Parts: sequence; C-alpha cells; structure tokens
Amino acid sequence: MPRAFTPKVVTANALREGDAVWLTPEDDWSRDIARAELIEDEAVAQDRLLFAQAQADRVVGVYLAEAAPGPDGPEPVHFREAFRTRGPSNRAHGKQARR
Amino acid sequence: MYRYSEFDTAFVRERAAQFRAQVARRLDGSLTEDEFKPLRLMNGLYLQLHAYMLRVAIPYGTLSGAQMRQLAMIARRWDKGYGHFTTRQNVQFNWPRLEDVPDMLGALADVGMHAIQTSGNTIRNVTADHFAGAAADEIADPRPYAELLRQWSTDHPEFQFLPRKFKIAVTGAEADRAVIRAHDIGLQLVERDGARGFRVLIGGGLGRTPMIGKVVRAFLPEADLLPYVEAIVSVYNLLGRRDNKYKARIKITVHETGIDEMRRRIEARFAEIRPEFTGIDREILAGIAAQFAPPDWVARDPAPFHAARAADPVFRAWADTNVAPHRRDDHAIVSVSLKTPGATPGDATAAQMEILADLAAAHAYDELRISHEQNVVLPHVPRAALPKLHAALKAAGLGAANIGLVSDIIACPGMDYCALATARSIPVAQEIATRFEALRLEHEIGPLKIKISGCINACGHHHVGHIGILGLDRAGVENYQITLGGSGAEDAVIGTRSGPGFAYDEIVPAIERLLLAYLALREGPDETFLMAWRRVGLAPFKAALYGPHDTAERADAA
Ligand code: SF4
Repeated sequence: MPRAFTPKVVTANALREGDAVWLTPEDDWSRDIARAELIEDEAVAQDRLLFAQAQADRVVGVYLAEAAPGPDGPEPVHFREAFRTRGPSNRAHGKQARR
Repeated sequence: MYRYSEFDTAFVRERAAQFRAQVARRLDGSLTEDEFKPLRLMNGLYLQLHAYMLRVAIPYGTLSGAQMRQLAMIARRWDKGYGHFTTRQNVQFNWPRLEDVPDMLGALADVGMHAIQTSGNTIRNVTADHFAGAAADEIADPRPYAELLRQWSTDHPEFQFLPRKFKIAVTGAEADRAVIRAHDIGLQLVERDGARGFRVLIGGGLGRTPMIGKVVRAFLPEADLLPYVEAIVSVYNLLGRRDNKYKARIKITVHETGIDEMRRRIEARFAEIRPEFTGIDREILAGIAAQFAPPDWVARDPAPFHAARAADPVFRAWADTNVAPHRRDDHAIVSVSLKTPGATPGDATAAQMEILADLAAAHAYDELRISHEQNVVLPHVPRAALPKLHAALKAAGLGAANIGLVSDIIACPGMDYCALATARSIPVAQEIATRFEALRLEHEIGPLKIKISGCINACGHHHVGHIGILGLDRAGVENYQITLGGSGAEDAVIGTRSGPGFAYDEIVPAIERLLLAYLALREGPDETFLMAWRRVGLAPFKAALYGPHDTAERADAA
C-alpha cells in the first residue's frame, strides 16, 4: 500500500539572506511558516514544488517539509523544521530575534 | 610568522575579485544555483539552516594579532559580532549575506587570509599541533612544512577534484596534540641517526566508518616530503572510489586495498615523480622556515609567577590547568579557554577577539593559535607576565580554569546551525558544563575529554573522545549515543558504543551517572577516567548508565 500523504509546505532558503522561507498561497515567499500554504494533496505538492524550483532568482534549496495545521496556520512537524522557524538555541539570533 | 609573498597576495586578491563577479552574476540571474554552488563552495561559502556560513582557514592554527583583530572586524561588520572556531582550526561566520561575502574575502586578503579549499573534494586546511614552535617536547616546529603543504596544495591542478575531501595534520612531537591518527595523512617529525624525517600515516578518519591511520613509511627523509605526499594523493586520486560517497575517503581505499599494496603503489609513484622535484621546493621551504624563526626572547625573572602561584588560589588553579611547559624555562604556553561553563564551545565575540589580540601584543610576542579543541592559545608568554595576563583574561570573562577537564568539551555546531545535523550538540555541551560546575566536581574528576557531534560526520571527533556523544534523529526525536574509551592522542583508539542512546533530557543525567561511577571505582585521583576504563572495561559503566537490570530491556527497545 502506498503511504498516505501527509500535509506539506514548500520551503527553501532565501537567495540573498540565506534564511528559511515558505511558499504562500499567493505565490510569494514568507519568513513566517504560519503564512505558508498547507498542501494536503500529493499532486498539488509536486506542482507547487516545480513552481518553487523555478524561482531560482529568489530562493535556494527548495523542498517539501511535513507540516500540520495549527490555530494560526501551518506548524512544523519535525524538530529540524521547528528550529528553522526559530533560529539557534544557543543565541537569540535568526527568526526568534524579530519577534 | 609566515607573511604572504607578493604571489600569495595577488592570488587571493584575484580569487576574491573573481568571486565578486560570480556573486553578481548569480544575483542578476546569469548563473543558476547549480552553476554557482561549486564556485561558492570553492570559496568556503556554505548554505546552512538559518543563513550562509563562511568558513575561513587558519593555516596550522596560527594567527597574528592583526589577523585576529580583522576577524573581529569582520564579525562585527558583516556578521552578528562573533565567530566560531572549529576542530579543523578554521573560523566560521554564521550569518553573512551573500552580497557581503566578496567584501569579507577582500578584508581577509588584507591580512593574508582566505577561505579557499575550506570545502569541496580538495586538500583542506593543513592543521598542526597548536603548541608547535613552543612545546618543550617537540623535535622541531612543524609549521614550515605545513605552510609548504598549504602552498603546494592550494589550487593544485591535479587535486581539485579528488574522490572526496582530504585532510592533512602535522606534528613535531611524540605527544599527539593534532590528532594525526584520525587524518587522511598524518605526519610526525622524527629523528633517526641524527637526521630529520617524517613518520607518515595514511587512512585515518572519523565519520561513518572511523579508522585509525596506519604507518605507510616509518621514516621519510625530510627532503622527500612533498614528492611523497604528492605520490600518496596521486595514488588515492586514481584508486579512491567515486561510485559511493560513503566509501570515497582514503581510509576506505586503504582498508579495501590493504596497507601493503597501498605502500607498494605509493612507493612506485614516488620513484616516478621524485626526479621532477629538483630542489625548488627545498628553496621555498628554506624561505618559509626563516619566517618561522622564534621571536626575540625577552629573558625575565619568573619570580612574579611563583609569588602569585603561592599567594592566589584562583591563579594557581588556572596556572595548573591552562599553562603548559614551553621550550624555554622562563616562558610558558597559555591555553585560553573558550569553554566558560554555559558558553558555546569555540565561540568568541568580536570584543573577546580584540582583547586576545591586545593581550598577545602585550604579553605574547603578538602570536595566537587556535586549537582543534576550540580554544585559543598564546604560545609564548614569559612566566613573569602570567599573573597580569590571568587578571586581564579574568576581567574579560576568559579566565576559566578548565583546560582538559570535563567542561572543556569539543562540540560541533550541530542542529543549531548545520544543515547536515541530525541533532543539536551545543546545548548538550552547555548543560554538561554547567551541571558539573554546579556539582563542583570538575577538578576532582580530573583529565577528561568529552567530544560531541551532531551527526555521523563526526566533526566533533566523538569517536576519539574519552566520552563521545553522537546526536541522532530516532523517529523524529533527538537521541544521543555514547561511546567510551576513545582517544585522539598518540594512543589513539576508537571508542566503544555503550549501548542504546538517550533522549535529549536524559543525556546529561546519564553523563553524570557515568562520572560518579568512575569516581567510585577509580583506584585514586591519579587514575584518570581513560585509565580506569582501560582497567575495568565496559561493564561497570554500562551498569551505571542503564542500571543493573534495565540493560536488557532497553537494548530490546532500541
Ligand atoms: S558533525 Fe554533522 S552536525 Fe556536526 S558540524 Fe559536522 S556535519 Fe554538522
């Protein structure tokens, strides 16, 4: 049996700054995962991934990451993705510094 | 200290200018990422979890005060005010913006530094004993040879696309402070019948398949160094596997080919190319060696040192742990700990870098070193200056008296920065250090090397830690595997896995149980953790980690 598709977001690093960004439903890139498009269908996911890969002038290293619906929008599932939404745990740098 | 020749300067400036044009072409869309990535990696620029990271080589770990000050300037101007010193005697800046990197490379070139070959399948930064040129126990300063190797390997046309990266370490002493047995090539200066030469090891390495290097030549006349190293790399370049990234390092080539057959091939290649080395390398080496002449020693009465040591217990504790014997009795080698409990191992702020540069100018002939253990070393300090130096370090928050002790932990960046990581390492190091500080057991426990890696690549050298910790991802949760009894010194050995791993919140208590067990079973304070391990083996430590009854159950669950 093929494994059931779990919801995903499209993520990458910004070309200039190098930080984590997520693809929004408006075809834009956000630094806030909560504004990302949560994709529930595998075919759509592949389609959005191709779209994102074509944006090489803005982002680098595009991939699909597991995410789950949360009260404010998509939330990371894996701890690696959670760190990408915040920044390092030893210094208050990265995204956590902007909040 | 080595100063760049006109050729060196022109070369690094040209590379920085080329990279400026490459970045511009990436940003205007004329280069794709696939085209740009190998170019940025050739210049030490990685893309990590939260940002780009620029890795700058510190050849054989040696820095002048001016170079350290420039690193501070770069950290402040283009990064977030700090740098991270690594186990490969490099410094990493964690937050550069892509378009600033050409300026950073230009600023490095201004002080004779670069980021070339700090990535890619090339010969990487040549590392050396951080006490080189100062140690009481060395035959000679190995850094002229390391610099010769740096010049030879930089942009070497034959070796830009090796099967995999290639690391060389050099030492001039029997006591191995450069972990030469865990390098692709390890070189140790030795003497035989009054002649100087090298003991040459190949095939050491950590990572997925850890191996201790094997002796390929017990005595290589010193004049044959370059052709012989070239022969080794050339044989590896042909023989090394390119079909499987995990089997591409020379350690696997040596393992699969056998050391005797490797030796036969290397010697054959050496005989072939030796005549091509007609002596220019010797002239260049002589020129380099002249630049590594020791400073003009200032003889000073060490009385202030003895007086302070007798009067001040804080100074005494620091002097007894952080100060090592120098080749001159009236001088000493000072290790400045970047491991104040709670701090990130290897991190130094711009302000600390500047203070260290000032102190090097005032007390240490303007020279600094970065150790693979992620500390800063002032290699030549008159003993008379030690009390003043210690006071200044203490005031700057750099006075931790913990070199070689439980809180002097090697930790790679792990998942706080590194894109390859499977778990975090830094917070584990921070918590172990603060826990043992609170227990006040550090000096009681004595010499101990804990080394932590955030993935199997083993940048934190966990296999050769007396206690090694490897962070893994087990079903979406951080999990930490312990290895025991490793050593990266002259008695190098790969540690033994203790058993199933521990969750993030279990790992620090596990290390605590392990060390309390050691204190209970050792024969006395003179029996170090490593000695005790070698005497009693795994069983008592396993019991301490998993409990006498719990072991089988946990092993099943793993
Ligand atoms: S050991 Fe792994 S996590 Fe640590 S720095 Fe190396 S590659 Fe990154």
